[in-house]
Amino acid sequence: MIRHLALLTLALGACTSVAPIRNIAEPRSGVTFTSNDIRKLQNDDAANPGMLWVEQGKALWRAGVEGAGVDNKSCASCHGDAEQAMRGVAARYPVYDAAAGNILNLEGRINQCRVHRQHAEPLRYESEGLLALTSYVAHQSRGMPIQASIDGPARPHFEAGQAHYVTRQGQLNLSCAHCHERNWGKMLLAEPISQGQSNGFPAYRLEWQGLGSLHRRLRACQFGIRAERSAAGSQELLDLELYLAWRANGLPVEAPGVRR
Amino acid sequence: MTGALALKRAAPSLASGQAVRFAPRAAGCWLVTALCVGLPVAAAAQQVVFEGGAVPAPLTAVPADATRGKIVFVQREKGHCILCHALPDPEVRFAGNVGPPLAGIGSRLSAAQLRGRIVDPTQDEPDSVMPAYYRTSNLNRVARPYASRTVLSAQDIEDVIAYLLTLR
Ligand code: HEC
Ligand code: HEC
Repeated sequence: MIRHLALLTLALGACTSVAPIRNIAEPRSGVTFTSNDIRKLQNDDAANPGMLWVEQGKALWRAGVEGAGVDNKSCASCHGDAEQAMRGVAARYPVYDAAAGNILNLEGRINQCRVHRQHAEPLRYESEGLLALTSYVAHQSRGMPIQASIDGPARPHFEAGQAHYVTRQGQLNLSCAHCHERNWGKMLLAEPISQGQSNGFPAYRLEWQGLGSLHRRLRACQFGIRAERSAAGSQELLDLELYLAWRANGLPVEAPGVRR
Repeated sequence: MTGALALKRAAPSLASGQAVRFAPRAAGCWLVTALCVGLPVAAAAQQVVFEGGAVPAPLTAVPADATRGKIVFVQREKGHCILCHALPDPEVRFAGNVGPPLAGIGSRLSAAQLRGRIVDPTQDEPDSVMPAYYRTSNLNRVARPYASRTVLSAQDIEDVIAYLLTLR
């Protein structure tokens, strides 16, 4: 059924670029599937461990990059106060960027600024610095509804992400949709399956004892079904991220979320 | 990964068999099967033949062991079926509910039907949400340690069938 719907949407998309229909009309954040304790942690800035990364990101936002470029510019030198300049940005991402000829997620945009404006090395995906800056920027949109666009040149990326989403993978031969569209609300042993929405990321996971990117979470799902994991920051995961963002349209940005 | 999803992190050597129908492979696989589950080499060469969604012929000649089958059903390193299926057993305190509870399954399905369902549920139900436990071909992006290996060995499957048949 899901597969048929997806194929239908793909077909429609290809010939008319009619807006595709979401299988989950009313998305629900992953946090609503977690325990009270976790919800409390997420909602209390003094207790939310992800806020440590946000604080670190705030410092990095203002700091220049030692030894790089001639004028040692910081993010703040170009953008000013993140609380204003970055408000709403995360809610729109990933976006198509003409210069890159590709979609960029927040991590990609931050690194684009590092390389082209700060003349510094890009930050490694999942490095503390990139996690901190991403969380800080995303945090400026907290509570704002996601409104990702899949129009124009973003469309093929959306479609690639959707195809990935509905395709079986791994030795256990399951697709993302098998768990997160057909079985959300059910239990895998003692763990509730959520809709697999992306709005909580970057998130602090108790299991990681740390904060991680959306791509890290997606790799964990691939690992669980014994599939070859896509590299963090890879085209596959970027496309999937765009599909997930569209699927999450309307849900509030939670960064930093807290999860089990 | 947490509990649930770390399900199958176990050393693949514990769970290797070879589904010959899908991927006829030679000596290497026999070796794996023979080493890991102590089966006679001949077992690996056996054909898996479906009739409808069912597989009438047992996958091994060794008598099945229902007690061991329960371990296969419950253990994370093995089938870990409790991830999705509840059992009428007070020893099993937690179980998922992605699949139906299996109380009484032994009087609803025959050994052949159970075998088919476990070897490859998509034969009966193309959009099945259950993994195929004895299939190695037409899979997409299987992680390298598991490539060309089945989730369970032939004997694991025979044992789990024997166990399910006790649930009446
Ligand atoms: C076998 C079931 C299963 C499959 C298949 C699966 N996941 Fe998950 N996924 C889970 C479980 C369990 C969790 C953790 C609990 C939760 O939030 O659902 C999770 C969490 C997530 C989350 C985090 C949700 C949150 O709010 O914290 C996202 C996003 C996600 N999955 C996306 C995917 C994508 C994309 C795929 C395919 C590449 C996929 N999943 C495949 C079971 C699965
Ligand atoms: C990821 C979830 C999942 C796992 C793990 C799983 N199953 Fe299933 N099982 C299902 C679902 C869902 C069904 C219902 C039909 C379908 O979608 O294939 C099912 C159906 C069955 C049935 C048929 C039940 C009936 O009433 O007709 C049997 C028997 C069964 N499973 C046995 C097993 C055994 C044995 C294992 C482990 C070796 C196992 N399952 C592991 C999800 C699972």
